[in-house]
Amino acid sequence: MTQVPAPGAVVATPVPAAPAKSAASWGLDALVWGGIAVLLIYSIGDVDLGNLSLLVTNAENTRNFAADLLQPDFTNWRQFVGQMWLTIQIALWGTFLAVFLAVPLGLAAARNIAPVWVVTPVRWIMNLLRSIPDLVMALLFIVAVGLGPLAGVLAITLNTAGVLAKLFSEAVESIDKGPVEGVRATGGSGLHEIVWGVIPQVAPLWTSFALYRFESNSRSATVLGLIGAGGIGQVLFDSMNAFDFSAVSAIVIIVVVAVTLIDMLSQAMRKRLL
Amino acid sequence: MTSSAAVAPGLVSARDVSKTFGSRKALNGVSVEVAAGEMVALIGPSGSGKSTLLRSITGLQSIDGGAGQIDVFGVCVQKNGRTTSATRAARQKLGMIFQQFNLVGRLSLFSNVMLGALGRLPGWRGLVGAWPADDKARAMAALHRVGVSDYAAQRANTLSGGQQQRGAIARALVQGARAILADEPVASLDPVSARKVMEILVELNQRDGMGVIVTLHQVDYAIRYCERVIALKAGKIVYDGPSTGLDTKQLIDIYGPEFEDAFWEAKV
Repeated sequence: MTQVPAPGAVVATPVPAAPAKSAASWGLDALVWGGIAVLLIYSIGDVDLGNLSLLVTNAENTRNFAADLLQPDFTNWRQFVGQMWLTIQIALWGTFLAVFLAVPLGLAAARNIAPVWVVTPVRWIMNLLRSIPDLVMALLFIVAVGLGPLAGVLAITLNTAGVLAKLFSEAVESIDKGPVEGVRATGGSGLHEIVWGVIPQVAPLWTSFALYRFESNSRSATVLGLIGAGGIGQVLFDSMNAFDFSAVSAIVIIVVVAVTLIDMLSQAMRKRLL
Repeated sequence: MTSSAAVAPGLVSARDVSKTFGSRKALNGVSVEVAAGEMVALIGPSGSGKSTLLRSITGLQSIDGGAGQIDVFGVCVQKNGRTTSATRAARQKLGMIFQQFNLVGRLSLFSNVMLGALGRLPGWRGLVGAWPADDKARAMAALHRVGVSDYAAQRANTLSGGQQQRGAIARALVQGARAILADEPVASLDPVSARKVMEILVELNQRDGMGVIVTLHQVDYAIRYCERVIALKAGKIVYDGPSTGLDTKQLIDIYGPEFEDAFWEAKV
């Protein structure tokens, strides 16, 4: 217990000195930065950093490749646009299903809503979902449901569910508890508190997160195509393997335009929400 | 209602209620009885336990285990340090008014008032907001009565504090509450809105016979609007009687160094 001085009493103690950095703290700093330096030097050989010079000596190859890239071949544009649209559809369904999973998971993972014996296991599940890259997920689903867009949809669903559930639960944890108490005080049930006290407070943030994930999922869906999960990525991969770099160039342009458009659209929507 | 020989149960009967936060005793063996139609002010300096008492009555917070017990309209809502299964039903009869209004900011004032019906609607109706027509009419009547029906369609967070607080009272009316518990209802308001809110509470007490328990930091408001005053100091009741029975010396005793700040508009 500390002695509390009487109100108005003048406390006569000397002014303490400014805090100094201890020798232990200096040592720790040196250890951390020194360790990082050693790791970097040790890894030079393993990552083939010596081959950087190939960038110059192989310049002829790069020039040919670049020349093809600069002449995009849009002959097959109908197919490219069709596959791009398929990629966006994969992202759309993946995100939509993920939101369905993320709403209950996000609520169950919020400390101010759910008891700790629910929060802890749900967070474990969320971490697991997030820690498996969607590329690995897609490989698993290709085994389960075969090559094609459905594998992409399911991979995006699980990975995004983990990410969104975490973001959703953080939004729930930062709400003002006043309105929730207001609903509780009217005699409402726990479910009423969530529907009327919590959801209205987090709805704009949740929607914004979901739109943002749709944006990045339309990029991931492109990459998923590379491993056979359908869409524009698959066409890109095939053209690459056929050394048809003019087609690759056309596809990349279509992807960039489509993804930029989605970015702009979703950003405009998110701005209106917040 | 049973019509036994005993008198009708009072609004609140609290016996030997204690509440400890960490090492601090917010309530220390408080016993208090309030009759059904009374208008009572709870006063006391900051941290004296008045809000804690109010929140314990409505079961928003549990009391310490032990002998302490709280009954609301003859039904036990807190016993052995736990809220009972009857707490939710009892809350329906108590309209709670908060200092920060506690409306849902993004919902319209009307929707907020409709939330008062949650306690008595069957599950699905309350969850999807399918309010029955007569409840809607009741909500508009309540808003009209407290003088904010013009703002029914506006989002609650676009309204002034006074308008929001009157909306909160309308919510309690839609609830069909038999009493109002108000926790510092005027502390966040300007004096004009504060008087209006207090006048509405007095009117509900006198015309509708609703019981009112209101915590007030301002002694002058307590004396002007309430017949009975209960003063708390450090978790104990130090005065319980008619508001006319309080004199300056007692108030200095109760408020200590905060005495000068305990009056909002004028000294008694």
